[in-house]
Amino acid sequence: MRMISLAAFLFAFWLALSGHYTPGMIAVGAGCAILVALAAWRMRVVDAEGHPVHLLGRAVTYFPWLAIEIAKSAWAVTRVILNPRLPISPTMTTVKASQRSAVGRAVYANSITLTPGTITVAVDGDLLTIHALVRDGALDLEAGAMDRRVRDFEGGA
Amino acid sequence: MSALLIDAMSLLCILAGSFFTIAGAIGLVRMPDLFTRMHAASVIDTLGVSLLIVGMMLQAGAGLVSLKLIFVLALFFLTGPVVTHALAQAALHERVEPLLAEDRRAARGQAPPADSEGAPA
Amino acid sequence: MFAAAAIAVLLALALAVIRAIKGPTVFDRALAGNSIGSLAIILLAVVGFLTGRPEFLDIGLTYGLLNLIGTLAVLKFFRHGDLAHDPDTERQS
Repeated sequence: MRMISLAAFLFAFWLALSGHYTPGMIAVGAGCAILVALAAWRMRVVDAEGHPVHLLGRAVTYFPWLAIEIAKSAWAVTRVILNPRLPISPTMTTVKASQRSAVGRAVYANSITLTPGTITVAVDGDLLTIHALVRDGALDLEAGAMDRRVRDFEGGA
Repeated sequence: MSALLIDAMSLLCILAGSFFTIAGAIGLVRMPDLFTRMHAASVIDTLGVSLLIVGMMLQAGAGLVSLKLIFVLALFFLTGPVVTHALAQAALHERVEPLLAEDRRAARGQAPPADSEGAPA
Repeated sequence: MFAAAAIAVLLALALAVIRAIKGPTVFDRALAGNSIGSLAIILLAVVGFLTGRPEFLDIGLTYGLLNLIGTLAVLKFFRHGDLAHDPDTERQS
């Protein structure tokens, strides 16, 4: 089932990039999509981690929330950069990731890194080491609002 | 009328994106150490790039060009954290000490992981 | 409008190059190199719109993939001194 969906996604990607819609080109594209899907199957990467298509529905609500968070914290970091006194207070901290699956933890760690002002430096089991540009950023993460969001996003998988 | 509105929105997006790109680059030069510079670079990679691309998408209209711009944006959002994380981990592994105002790792009952995995000095 | 964006990106590129030249550690240079790559992709897209040739976007996509692989390869090389690194032998070295 995941194989068919992977091949369909790859073929759609080909169609979007090529821009030539003659029968020959489409046949070549379909062949390539099937070949790549077969290669991925032989590498045993077509599973819930390699092709997490089941998260697509909930991503519709998670990504806009993440985009707003990114915009807010990017504005905060920009204000710090352009402030003549450069009021930084770099902080290291650890937070616990409460997600059940590896995909959920990876999404959480990547969301932290994607938000300007906080970086996931190391992952050790379910403990994430965070470097934050200002102390408030570290305190926000310790409060765990994003952790809960990602847990909802991961759902009952 | 609506074409004028779209033009104005796209102008706004592109100007804001240019502003954030330059601000991130200024931060890249101004910040005192490697880890704080990474925060500045991630402003370029997220808000600066996405605003510029949204501005260009408004100019291009619906079509293949906009779809390709979305792919470029997705590429940024998927690869940005990977590179930043790899860079931070490699730097910690090589014992580049971050400049810290406060280290809350010990206060929260965990030993800093960099010491447990690195080779004995 | 696109000309203004192109000038802004070029300015940011110049600042990133300053960091790449100054950067005390090799990781500062790798970070600056990655930022230069990101800005180059955006510059390609902007120049494509400026000259009315959106085909530049394809080059930008390719450049983005190369940028990721290039930065990771450089980091791996400086961390392990070897591109074909085997994690199983790390403890002994």
